[in-house]
Amino acid sequence: MATVAQNTATLAHVEEHEHHEPHSFWRKYIFSEDHKTIAKQYLISGIFWSVVGISLSVMFRLQLGFPDMKLSFLRPILGSWIDETGKLDPDFYLALVTMHGTIMVFFVLTAGLSGTFSNFLIPLQVGARDMASGFLNMLSYWFFFLASVVMFVSLFFETGPAAGGWVVYPPLSALPQAHKGSEAGMTYWLVSMALFIVSQLLGGINYITTVINLRTRGMSFSKLPLTVWAFFLTAVLGLISFPVLLSAALLLIFDRSFGTSFYLSEIFIGGEALPNVGGSPILFQHLFWFLGHPEVYIVLLPALGMTSEIIATNARKPIFGYRAMIASMMGIAFLAFIVWAHHMFVTGMNPFLGSIFMFLTLIIAVPSAVKAFNYITTLWRGNIRFTPAMLFSIGLVSFFISGGLTGLILGNSALDIQLHDTYFVVAHFHLVMGAASAFGLLAGVYHWFPKMFGRMMNDKLGYIHFWLTFIGIYLVFFPMHYIGIAGFPRRYYAFTSYDFTKHIFSDMNSFISVAAIFTFAAQWIFVWNFVYSIFKGRKAPQNPWKSNTLEWTAPINPGHGNWPGEIPAVYRWPYDYSKPGAKDDFIPQNVPYSQTPESNLPHENELIPLEKEIEAQNLNDQFKQPH
Amino acid sequence: MVYIIALLSVIFLGLAALVVSRMAAVVKNVNGPVDEERIGLSNRINGALFLIFLVFGLVGVVWSFAHASNYFLPEASSPHGRRTDFLFWLSMGIITVAFFITNALLFVFSFRYQYRPGRKASYYPENHKLELIWTVIPAIVMALLVFTGWRAWRDIMSEAPADAQVVELVGKQFNWIARYPGVDDNKLGAYNYKLIDNNNDTGIDFSDPASFDDFTSTTELHIPVNKPVLLKIRARDVLHSVFIPHMRVKMDAVPGMPTRFWFIADKTTDQMRNELGNQDFGYEIACTEVCGRGHFSMRIRLIVEDEESWKKWCAEQKPLLTSYPEYASRIPENLKAKAAKYLPAVETATPSDSTTASTQQGGGVSVATTSLR
Ligand code: HEM
Ligand SMILES: [Cu+2]
Ligand SMILES: [Cu+2]
Repeated sequence: MATVAQNTATLAHVEEHEHHEPHSFWRKYIFSEDHKTIAKQYLISGIFWSVVGISLSVMFRLQLGFPDMKLSFLRPILGSWIDETGKLDPDFYLALVTMHGTIMVFFVLTAGLSGTFSNFLIPLQVGARDMASGFLNMLSYWFFFLASVVMFVSLFFETGPAAGGWVVYPPLSALPQAHKGSEAGMTYWLVSMALFIVSQLLGGINYITTVINLRTRGMSFSKLPLTVWAFFLTAVLGLISFPVLLSAALLLIFDRSFGTSFYLSEIFIGGEALPNVGGSPILFQHLFWFLGHPEVYIVLLPALGMTSEIIATNARKPIFGYRAMIASMMGIAFLAFIVWAHHMFVTGMNPFLGSIFMFLTLIIAVPSAVKAFNYITTLWRGNIRFTPAMLFSIGLVSFFISGGLTGLILGNSALDIQLHDTYFVVAHFHLVMGAASAFGLLAGVYHWFPKMFGRMMNDKLGYIHFWLTFIGIYLVFFPMHYIGIAGFPRRYYAFTSYDFTKHIFSDMNSFISVAAIFTFAAQWIFVWNFVYSIFKGRKAPQNPWKSNTLEWTAPINPGHGNWPGEIPAVYRWPYDYSKPGAKDDFIPQNVPYSQTPESNLPHENELIPLEKEIEAQNLNDQFKQPH
Repeated sequence: MVYIIALLSVIFLGLAALVVSRMAAVVKNVNGPVDEERIGLSNRINGALFLIFLVFGLVGVVWSFAHASNYFLPEASSPHGRRTDFLFWLSMGIITVAFFITNALLFVFSFRYQYRPGRKASYYPENHKLELIWTVIPAIVMALLVFTGWRAWRDIMSEAPADAQVVELVGKQFNWIARYPGVDDNKLGAYNYKLIDNNNDTGIDFSDPASFDDFTSTTELHIPVNKPVLLKIRARDVLHSVFIPHMRVKMDAVPGMPTRFWFIADKTTDQMRNELGNQDFGYEIACTEVCGRGHFSMRIRLIVEDEESWKKWCAEQKPLLTSYPEYASRIPENLKAKAAKYLPAVETATPSDSTTASTQQGGGVSVATTSLR
């Protein structure tokens, strides 16, 4: 982990040659309060975690795809988890699955994605000097770092890390005697998650405050880029739902260590009857999914927001239905809180409740569909430039549609009886959440790299990376639908115990594993491109994508405070692309209507007199406030 | 399939080689002048690739589906299962159409509206009518699916018919235990988790006369054909989940909270064997909630047979009390006579009972009230 921090330091070194007050090395690169540096710290940590997380999945894919394979070559890493005959230990299989899920969902797609881009883009796009509280922001990163260290350490325990699935349902996770993965690894998992939640809350408070309070002159909510809208709603979701996970985790800690019975009742294990009565394992599931479902949108919304921006920019068209996009994001954010029990249709929950949640769940599909249609219509009659970021955004839309559609089947409780906890679910959420959000993350990196590091990433490598990944991901996850329809349960170490899974689909499973390894291999093109371009990439122009949003009006390497002089004022929405009459095919947000009489729409001409007012507005400039 | 893997591996390798060789060239150019033609050729290639991806993707989807469908589970062996199967394929049909249309539009538009020098995109920020249409249409389709699904759900989850045959299924690490209500009273006796020990692995409470004739099985669950069967499900240690793939049955087993699922099996094991032309076919029950190391192998066989053979099988099973007469010591005096029938002719002295003696005072009372919703 130390090397990660080290990297961050060297990376950040490229930028910021002039600054207001000289900072020591530590204050500037390690314990920095600058949102741009913190964003890069999140990004590098996210990339580190994704390599770890995907490597774990490659290991269990080897087991699933090639059950007879001798895995002795993994001994140097896994030690005694590989037995003498070269077989993977079933306990460790579960640990791999669990840590893969935890790492990818929380550390990569929540911290790596939101943490990076909310931090980087919110101040730059709303026109602020920095986050509302630089200190809390720094604290947020370091809590995350601490959570990372704790989780990472747990990987090396003799009894292994947590292993009850990323959802850590008790009683399995509550009883150390139930399996190895509930011993020290589980304790560390809970501690790590508690720290992680604190980090998320600190981050979230900051994002929300910054968006509400620090918008520049003229930047009303109806002129906010969709990225910022998405980050804002994501932060609200996180702020409301993460505390519930914290309470779930705390009660679990009590049950594990202090003999309480929140989740435990009538258990006979290891030859003895436990004294606990009256608790309910279902309570944990309710609490977990009350976070868990919003969490999937916490992961996806930022990706959707960035994609909106990237697609509009590169199609050279206004995003279609800006207001509808905001409305559907709000709808999704609201509905996300009242659908959680669709993960629990067959837990023995009252069937009437099941019916209610089925109705609510299928309502959430409507705003999701609206978003998909809006993306497609934005492409229609555009003038599309396929930058790598654009390719990944189009890929995201495809995954979002393909994975979202199967949600309609799973959300139908009658059909979920058969499909719950099979590979059909795995296919669904990897496409709609995993792949789509990962593509959002990659698209974001390609698109904002010039702003982050002042250099360009290599396009050609970006194209190759995209096509290999796009094809690879479909090859991995599409066949899982078939395996799920055939009834294969998830989290199985092997499919050899049952007649209905014994002799079928073993070639399909091998195929999936090969495709997974191939896709993982393709990611090194990205890593290479990323690292190389930081140091040796072509120097970036100020506005390489001819984009409208404010970050591109800042200097190529924005220093402390982002804009050297006054913060620009904002007069128009961010999507004036290819406006009829305009000489260029884009008009940045800080260009007043009075300068573009040739392209103004009638109602926009009426806004010209208001420009004086906007300019005269009290500026929320942190530099002008008493420190 | 092996060939396909081999073929794909070759293609992948080829692509990888291409990447590596291009890498060298590309890297050289990295610091070169800004290439204004960037939007030219690569843009056309990427646009074309989307079209190619669409075509190959469609072919791949259709082909792989046809290939995989050989291995899908056969038609359900329960009426409710056939109903959900129908709804599943109906929904699947609808989403497949949506899948093809939307993905096709996405890729075709990408290709069709790629950058051309001198062209300007149209400024088309909104169209309320269009937006209304595509909000309402999915809403209507969804409402339809939900409504049909909800009716099926309601019926499946309804109270079991009064004449349903009750069987209890208990999950533990790592096997299932079936407990039958017994041939004489056909009533499940009370249980208490504190009474569990090596022989009495479901914690049967012998102070309840209904439990005298209860018997258990850890290898096979036999049920009669064409008769409603009510599974009463519980777990001893951690969560498990009963999954009977051919019956389209799934329900979690939760410690401390009994659950239930009723269904009708309408094809005997033998009928299925003939239908599938596979004399080795057998119904199975699996676990679908991760429960530890042995999660992947919690198998118990399910045998569906006609009522007569089923009754015969039941009659052959020994009540637990008969197998382990030492539990007679737990039977209250006033019921001893009733239990005599299940015990060896001459009752021996009470055997030692140390494992449970201590736990009994605490748990015994709550047992009778452990009821199912
Ligand atoms: C079209 C709207 C959607 C519907 C109706 C829907 C419905 C469902 C349902 C019912 C399940 C539970 C399946 C089961 O366990 O049996 C599920 C699982 C899941 N969904 Fe969705 N979903 C939708 C969109 C999404 C989106 C947009 C995401 C992520 C961004 C997502 C992420 C997940 C995840 C992560 C799981 C599985 C969690 C687990 O069991 O480990 N879904 N979905
Ligand atoms: Cu959900
Ligand atoms: Cu299990």
